[in-house]
Amino acid sequence: MAKASAKRKPRGKKSAAPAAGGDELLKYYREMLLIRRFEEKAGQLYGMGLIGGFCHLYIGQEAVVVGIQSACRSDDAVVTSYRDHGHMLACGMDPRGVMAELTGRAGGYSKGKGGSMHMFSREKNFFGGHGIVAAQVPIGTGLAFAFRYQGTDNICTTYFGDGAVNQGQVYESFNMAALWKLPVLYVIENNKYGMGTSVERASASTDLCQRGKAYGIPGEAADGMDVVAMRAAAEKAIAHCRAGKGPYILEAMTYRYRGHSMSDPAKYRTKEEVQKVRSERDPIDYLRDMIIGGEHADEEALKQIDREVKDIIADAAAFAQESPEPDPSELWTDVLVEA
Amino acid sequence: MPIEILMPALSPTMTEGNLAKWLKHEGDAVAAGDALAEIETDKATMEVEAVDEGILGKILVPDGSEGVQVNQPIALLLEEGEDLSALERSERGEAAMPAADASVRVEAPKSVAAPAEAVVEAEPDWTGSTVSMTVREALRDAMAEEMRHDDSVFLMGEEVAQYQGAYKVSQGLLDEFGDRRVIDTPITEHGFAGLAVGAAFNGLRPVVEFMTFNFAMQAMDHIINSAAKTLYMSGGQMGCPIVFRGPNGAAARVAAQHSQCYASWFAHCPGLKVVAPWSAADAKGLLKSAIRDPNPVIFLENEILYGHSFEVPDREDWTVPIGKAKVVRPGADVTIVAFSIMVGKALEAAETLAADGIDAEVIDLRSLRPLDTDTIVKSVEKTNRVVSVEEGWAYSGIGSEVAARIMEQAFDWLDAPVARVCGADVPLPYAANLERLALPQADTIAAAAKDVCYRS
Repeated sequence: MAKASAKRKPRGKKSAAPAAGGDELLKYYREMLLIRRFEEKAGQLYGMGLIGGFCHLYIGQEAVVVGIQSACRSDDAVVTSYRDHGHMLACGMDPRGVMAELTGRAGGYSKGKGGSMHMFSREKNFFGGHGIVAAQVPIGTGLAFAFRYQGTDNICTTYFGDGAVNQGQVYESFNMAALWKLPVLYVIENNKYGMGTSVERASASTDLCQRGKAYGIPGEAADGMDVVAMRAAAEKAIAHCRAGKGPYILEAMTYRYRGHSMSDPAKYRTKEEVQKVRSERDPIDYLRDMIIGGEHADEEALKQIDREVKDIIADAAAFAQESPEPDPSELWTDVLVEA
Repeated sequence: MPIEILMPALSPTMTEGNLAKWLKHEGDAVAAGDALAEIETDKATMEVEAVDEGILGKILVPDGSEGVQVNQPIALLLEEGEDLSALERSERGEAAMPAADASVRVEAPKSVAAPAEAVVEAEPDWTGSTVSMTVREALRDAMAEEMRHDDSVFLMGEEVAQYQGAYKVSQGLLDEFGDRRVIDTPITEHGFAGLAVGAAFNGLRPVVEFMTFNFAMQAMDHIINSAAKTLYMSGGQMGCPIVFRGPNGAAARVAAQHSQCYASWFAHCPGLKVVAPWSAADAKGLLKSAIRDPNPVIFLENEILYGHSFEVPDREDWTVPIGKAKVVRPGADVTIVAFSIMVGKALEAAETLAADGIDAEVIDLRSLRPLDTDTIVKSVEKTNRVVSVEEGWAYSGIGSEVAARIMEQAFDWLDAPVARVCGADVPLPYAANLERLALPQADTIAAAAKDVCYRS
C-alpha cells in the first residue's frame, strides 16, 4: 500500500500568532468540542443499532468548518457532502434535531426521512447534506448564482472532499463560476483519503487548491488543523467572493480519525499514522494549548465548557431516542409540493 | 454505576460478530477514543473504540467468543471515583446503567395505503376567438408571458440567447429580457442542470432548455437525485420549482444517439411531473402551468411538431392543468391513447379506420405523471378496446403503465387485450426506410386498432 501521504509535508500556512481574541478562541473551542462530542455520541448510538445505514463522522476535521463558518454571515448559504454533521452544528442547527434525524425520528430535521446524509435547514441557510459525491458543487454554484441574480452580496460556501475533486461536474462548475463571476467559496477538505484511496493514488496533480488555475480561480491551501489559520484564510477568500471578483478555492489540509463511514475498517492506513496525527496535530488540543498558553482562559474555564457541551450532547441523544418514529402517514407526504 | 459497554454494530447489516481479542485488560485506564477490542464482522476485522473514559472494570465476553449479538454487554466500565465495589453491587442485581436506553420503540407501523391521486379539473372548453400559431411560437409566448409576470423566472441553456435557440424556440427573448434572464451556457449539461437546481433551492424559477433530451442523460443525476428527491429527503423544506424542457424523441434521420423517447424514464420517478403536449394550445397552456408549478417538471417537446400550426386561444393567460388528458376525437368502437407527435398519427389512423366503419376515440394524454387514468377508464367503459401508441420502446414503456392501470381498474370492461404500438426494440436506424419501419405510423396504428376490434 502506498504510504506517500505520510511522507508528504503538510502544506498550508500555520497561524503565526493568534489574530483572534480570547472570546473568539473560546467560541471556537466550544463549537469544535460540540462537534467532536456529537460525533463520538453518534458513533456510540450507531454501535447500539440506534442509527442505521451510512454514517460518516467528522472527527479530526472540526477546525475546518468552525474556522470558515466564523468568517461567514448567517444569511450566507452553506452546502456540503454526506459528511455533514459538523457543518450543521457550525451553522447553528439544533443538535437535538440533527441527532434525531440520525436515529430516524419525527423530531429530526427531515422528519426522519433523510437520515445522516440528507439534512437541510432553510432557517439556517444550510442547503444539505448531499449523498452523491460532488453533486453539491454545481448546486452550491447555483445557490451563488441566485444571490447574484437577486442582487445581494451573499456568498455560498461549498464544501467538498479530496475524493470529489476528480468529478467532472466540479470543473463544469468552476468554469461557469469563473465565467459569470459567481460569489462561491469552494472549500476542498483534503483529509487525505477518498474512502480508501489516498490523494496520491487518485489524483495526477495533488496540489488541489490549484485545480481552478485553468479557469483563473485563485486557490490557497491552509492548515485545516488550526482554526485560527482557517479563519484567516476564509476571511481573505470571502472578501474576494463578496467583492464580486468571482469564486475562490480554499484547500483545508486536514485528517479524519475514523473510517470513511462506520463500516470502514480503515486498513488502507496504519494505526501509527492515525495516532501520530491525533497526538501531534489534534485541532482541539492545539486550540486548547493556544488558549491556555496565551492565558485567554484557565483549565477550569475549559472544563466548564466541557461539562456544558457534554450536557448538550446528552440532551440531544436523549431527545433522539425519545422522539417518536415518524407517523406511518409520513410515508406519502413531501413527494410533491401541493400547489 | 458502571457503564455497560455493548457489542457494537459496525455496519448497516451486522447482527452479530466475533470478539476476536481484547486490546485493554481489566484494570486498564481507558480514554475516549482508545481501541478496546477487535471485533470480526462478516466483512472485516474492526476495532471498538471507547466512548467514555474510565477504568475497564470487568470483561463479560472473553477473547475468541463467537456469535456475540449486537447490543449484548461485553464489559463494564468504571467511571471516575468508582471502585470495584460498584461492580459487586451491580452483580447483586442492581442493574448497571446502560449507556443509553435502546428499548424506546413505538408500536409496529400500520400499513398505510397510498393516497388517491388528486382530481384535477380540466381547463374549460374555449369558445372565444383563437389565433393560429406554431408550437414553437406557443412555447416562446408561454415563457415570455411568465417572465413578464415573475422576475424569478429565467431561461438557461445552450444557444438560447444570442443564437435565439438551436430550434429558435427562444426567438426574441434575449432582446426583451436581456442577458441576466436569458443565459447562454457552456456545453455542460451536468453542471448547468445542477447549477439550476441550486438556483431553484435558493428562490429562483429556472427554465432549463436541453438542446435535446438525449443530452439530458448527462444531467440525469441532478434531475433525479437532486431535483426530484430533495423535497422528500428534507421533510418538505426544499422545494425545487424548475422546468427542464427541450425536444424529445425522434427527429428526422439523426439516428440512434439523437432519437430516443425518454418519457418512461422520467415518468418512472416520484418527485417529478412529466408532460408531453401535442398541440400548440396545450404546449402553451402546459408550459405556463409548468413554470408556475412548485415542483420539478419535465417538459417533453418534439422537434417535428415545432413547425406545426394549431389554433390557440387568443388570451394572455391561457393555462392547461398538469395531470389532465384530453379526448381529441370522440369515438365509440376503440380507444387510441397517445401523446406528443403520436397524437397526430393516431388521428390519421382514426380517419382511415372511419373509412372502414370503425369509430375510434383518440385520447391525448398530455401529462404522463400524474397520469389521468379516469379519462382512459371512462373511454374503455365505452369502447371496450384500447390501443396505446408511443414512439419509445415497449419495454417498461408508458403503454405498459397504461395497460396495467386498465387491467387494474377496467378489467371487466375489456373485450380484447390492450395492444401496444411502440418503437421497434432497436436503436433507431439512420436509413430512411429503416427509420420509418422502426417508428409507429398511422397504418400500423390502424392495423392494431382493427386487431383489437377483431376486424383485420
